[in-house]
Amino acid sequence: MRSARTLACVILLVVCVLSLAANWIAPAGYAKQFREAPGAPPSTQHWLGTDELGRDRFARVLYGTRISLLLAPAAALVSTLLAAALGGLAGYVGGIWLRLATGFTDLFLSLPWLFLLITVRALLPLNASPFVSVLITFLILGLLGWAASARVLATGAHTLRSSDFVLQARASGVRGFRLFAVHVLPNLKPILYAQFWISIPVFILSEANLGILGLGVAEPLPSWGGLLRELEGMISFRDEPWRLVPLILLIVVMTSFQTLLSNETEEVAA
Amino acid sequence: MLWRIARHLLAIVGLVLVGGLISATLIRLAPGFDTDERQLNPNLNAESVRVLHDARNSEHNVVKFYISYLRGALHGDLGISHALEQPIQSLLRDRWRVTARVAGFGLLLGWLLAVSLAFSVSLARSSGCELVGTAISGAFLCIPAAVLALLSVILNSPGYLAISLIVFPKVYRYSRNLLAKAYAMPHITAARARGLGELRILLWHALPVVAPQLLTLAGITVSIAVGASIPVESLCGLPGIGQLAWQAALARDLPLLVNVTILVTLVTLLANSGADVIVHMTRSRQA
Repeated sequence: MRSARTLACVILLVVCVLSLAANWIAPAGYAKQFREAPGAPPSTQHWLGTDELGRDRFARVLYGTRISLLLAPAAALVSTLLAAALGGLAGYVGGIWLRLATGFTDLFLSLPWLFLLITVRALLPLNASPFVSVLITFLILGLLGWAASARVLATGAHTLRSSDFVLQARASGVRGFRLFAVHVLPNLKPILYAQFWISIPVFILSEANLGILGLGVAEPLPSWGGLLRELEGMISFRDEPWRLVPLILLIVVMTSFQTLLSNETEEVAA
Repeated sequence: MLWRIARHLLAIVGLVLVGGLISATLIRLAPGFDTDERQLNPNLNAESVRVLHDARNSEHNVVKFYISYLRGALHGDLGISHALEQPIQSLLRDRWRVTARVAGFGLLLGWLLAVSLAFSVSLARSSGCELVGTAISGAFLCIPAAVLALLSVILNSPGYLAISLIVFPKVYRYSRNLLAKAYAMPHITAARARGLGELRILLWHALPVVAPQLLTLAGITVSIAVGASIPVESLCGLPGIGQLAWQAALARDLPLLVNVTILVTLVTLLANSGADVIVHMTRSRQA
């Protein structure tokens, strides 16, 4: 298990470094069109060929990976902070606030995640600039993905509320937000970290789903969703197998996350 | 028991009503809600444009719209879809069968695959089989639902196969973990020490322990299948509720989207509450 985790770490590190070094590895960029070679097969000039608009597919994979791998953790951070603020505080305060927060999370969780995501994304501007579309997509993920984490954090905070050390702190005169910030929140850290890490692969997959349905990052900016959308035009796997590279890369990255997460969640459970 | 069912029903009604109102509010606040592409048609005269504009006016006040919608729904009138220009009632009636068939078969096949694999791995008791099971389920967990839908189009396979492959890894992982925990219990060790066969241990001693949790999971997988039906039906061209939800969201069709949200929330909550009530009934009978 230890060697599997090391391998997963190495894979993620290599993918991150390659995507961050995209400017040097693929200087042509993700948007430059090679008009003389649209839909070209792999060659020494274009390692993964070109797409239908003549853009270098290898460059697009690198830049797309950068966007997905950098912004999914950012969205996970937003959702974890929201969950800590709503779930953690409600669990700590208890009473009517906890019941209200539980009802609100129930409402969020009663709608299938994909349905909620697609509906809300479709309601926001779809013809926005690429930069704005990236912000909208990942901000939605962050703002809508807090409910499950909030439920876990509310339970954790509510349990801590009646723990011995909190009772002792309260008896010593520590009250209100200070009690929450100094004594409760630090003890919620393991749950917060676990929820943060769990959210990253969920958000990567969600962005991919949105992108394939045309609701993700706008062209010409690439993302895994946009890259996987290319599969739509495929007739068989034998004709152009190199078009499967983004999917294979996504599976490799997600498997690496899963391997690392199994350890993280085991630690929290312990 | 009756009190438990009543409480569940009350919670469902409350959540469904609030869910519908929130969905209506979100659509109303969405940028570009007021614009109707039909108003740009140069062939329409000023009177026609005004009629189209007035038709949208009734939806400006969300609370008023929602109350009039609920009043109509009580009399069986769910409104008219702006985008498809058809009564919503007939749209839902025509399409629910497709979704029920696709999601139902998908759930059934996904559960069959997952439970068969989990039982086989438990019976085999070998780390190699465990690894194979984890690898297969892990691979499917890593593939987005929309990619599975696209792959099913490329391979010309039915849409329910994509849903089954979305449900399968989640059910397998959960049921395998439950079985592993059940197998670590002392009564299983005692049964094994008495020389009972592996199949008998699984069916008589491990399965009854994990059955309530599996039943709860069945409720949750309904929600997963309903959610997955949106990309699957949209990309595979299946005219079901999932595709309708997709079209309603893209067209910002307020009446249709409110109805679809209420329907989806209702199905999800009924599945979860149904599973919960059945588990409670089974436990109280055992007690």
